[in-house]
Amino acid sequence: MQNKIYINGLGSISAQPEDLISGEAIRVYDENIFSAISPNYKKYINLKAFRRMSKGIKMGITAAQIALKEAEIDMPDSIITGTGEGCKLDTEKFLENLLDQNEKLLSPTAFIQSTHNTIGGQIALNLGCKQYNITYTQNSVSLETAFLDAQIQLREDPEMKVILVGGVDEVSARITSFRKLDGQLKQNPIKNIDLLKVDSQGTITSEGAHFFALSKEKNQKTYAEFQSVSIKNSIQPEEVTEEITAFLKIQNVNLLSIDAVILGVNGDNRYDHYYKDIQLDLFKNTPQLAYKHLVGDFDTASGFAVYLGANILKSGKVLEVLRLNQVECRNPRTILIYNQYLGRDHSLILLSAV
Amino acid sequence: MNKGVAVTGMGIISAIGNNTKENYRSLIYGKHGISSPEILKTIHRNLPVGEIKTSNKSLATALNLPENNGFTRASLLGAYAVTEALKHSDQKIDRNTGFISGTSVGGMDATEAYFKDFSEGKTENKEFIRAQHPGFTTERIAEHFGITGFVSTISTACSSGANAIMLGARMIKAGMLKRVIVGGTDCLTKFTLNGFHSLMILSDEHCKPFDENRKGLNLGEGAAYLVLEAEEELLGKSVLGWISGYGNANDAFHQTASSENGEGAFLAMQKALKNAGISAEKIDYINAHGTATLNNDSSETEALKRIFSKNIPDFSSTKAFTGHTLAASGALEAVFSLLALQNQQVLPNLNFSNVMLNSGFMPITKLKAKPMNHILSNSFGFGGNCTSLIFTKNAE
Repeated sequence: MQNKIYINGLGSISAQPEDLISGEAIRVYDENIFSAISPNYKKYINLKAFRRMSKGIKMGITAAQIALKEAEIDMPDSIITGTGEGCKLDTEKFLENLLDQNEKLLSPTAFIQSTHNTIGGQIALNLGCKQYNITYTQNSVSLETAFLDAQIQLREDPEMKVILVGGVDEVSARITSFRKLDGQLKQNPIKNIDLLKVDSQGTITSEGAHFFALSKEKNQKTYAEFQSVSIKNSIQPEEVTEEITAFLKIQNVNLLSIDAVILGVNGDNRYDHYYKDIQLDLFKNTPQLAYKHLVGDFDTASGFAVYLGANILKSGKVLEVLRLNQVECRNPRTILIYNQYLGRDHSLILLSAV
Repeated sequence: MNKGVAVTGMGIISAIGNNTKENYRSLIYGKHGISSPEILKTIHRNLPVGEIKTSNKSLATALNLPENNGFTRASLLGAYAVTEALKHSDQKIDRNTGFISGTSVGGMDATEAYFKDFSEGKTENKEFIRAQHPGFTTERIAEHFGITGFVSTISTACSSGANAIMLGARMIKAGMLKRVIVGGTDCLTKFTLNGFHSLMILSDEHCKPFDENRKGLNLGEGAAYLVLEAEEELLGKSVLGWISGYGNANDAFHQTASSENGEGAFLAMQKALKNAGISAEKIDYINAHGTATLNNDSSETEALKRIFSKNIPDFSSTKAFTGHTLAASGALEAVFSLLALQNQQVLPNLNFSNVMLNSGFMPITKLKAKPMNHILSNSFGFGGNCTSLIFTKNAE
């Protein structure tokens, strides 16, 4: 029998406060691009290194440390990172200098930190972790590929015990704002909490880091079991039901035992019909939850969904603000997460209570 | 030893040829592809590069793409190489076919070309707004071949292509895919050329891997892909070689520099040998990372010493042929390793004249015929990411 995988620690940095789950008030934004709330980074990062780090690196290192600390792990056996657009701030800085200075007199600092694997590398450097280290960058399945890799390792490699998996993306002044030009972002500013009420093209975006300590062993503090993840690049809207049914069948999970489904609806009326069909049919009697009206949509925003799912399974409680329908969520044991972006890079994640 | 995963097709485009055959001929005749940049519009005309002298337009024509196709140069090169790999393996795409591509900067060529326009709100080339995203380049390739199932991108700088091969092999072994196209692509960009130049690790001469007087690397561009298939899918198909071992480790030393004792490289090679279930003396040839920077070559030779002690196998770096093609390098060198196995020839290390004083190591400088069964290929990158792969001719 396959060994199980548990989420024993998690770290979340997003545009919502850390204590959202324990009842802190929701942050409301009225711009379509908004920043993550910075925790006290200096608790986690030494001052000398701190000054050179972009926000993505700071968020990544900090969320990783919180996850490891919760799981009481000093050294993971692998570090697997997902990031859609990587270190955009440094990429943008180096690129602007290059263009403005016509390729002359460039300082290498921003270039050095611009590579997509910088965050994974910096986490390894910070921990002194010489183990397996990899970075995936595939739009909205960047973090999901990281989970898939961790799942293979924990199931196939007897030496793997604990793996640190996480997703990070940061906002930058220019590259993020380009999303207004091609319809990825809504044309007019809206309040984030109104995202799912507005019928228009595009979404809102932000940034964040979500890290998870995955282990073969459960303990007193275990949040949830990570059952499986599935990734499909391109499916037609009418195939979503079939994909979900096939995925659940492989996992030996009955559709009726799904206690809640967390959907990646992002208010983009061109693509939200991917979710609509299953909301109206397959999951019409299932509690449906959403989260992008809280943290915006970015390539690794689904990290927030896993964070929510894990917390719901541990506490049994669902925040009112997440609910898309009125179906009561009683004693949640199994949660399905479905996400996609612009009709591509679809993922399903199945979590269950321990 | 472990049997590994079968390679049934390969395709490549680099500065030394537009297909496997052309690349092989250049390798055996010692014909390098280093020149001045012409297609890449840069002020640094004095910096030699491994540039593919085929324009984006010609590549698009060869691929039968419509105008305004939204293909970055890395996706054009990638699609070109995948076409050859699929033809070679006589492979049809189905829902169980995966695609895993390594790229370092993906569509940066488009981002740097249109960044100012986008900043000014101009939208004529808005199909490239998402090009900074490496997954964008991968998706254009996947789309071109109708790959709809598992598609992902690895971006671990210069070890990306090797890591893509590793992930593909692992997914096949785990029974998650029946076949998968794996490899990497990167094109020359002002961003990377200026980046490496600002780090002062580009040579203004043809690069000299493992030479005492090496002055740095030449940047290159290219793409290479392998078709990997699960054993039960082979049905008598001819196998080019086997991915029999892989190892990934992190140097955890510095964001860009390698540690003096090559710890990450050492661990990656050690893991690959263990994974293949063979001892170090079974390795017949090493296709080294050998970028010709002061730092890489001394760190890599230290790591080789630690693995092989005094019995260092024949080794060479092929970077002097192609330039350092970044994320694609591990994939290009996978094709070179498979060619070396197929033809039972050790590939030469060009431009070598002086032995490194610290290591005393001599790379193979002339094509050398000898029986070989196992080849080790190294790929190391920024962020301390180190990956080693082992290719095997006869897995029995």
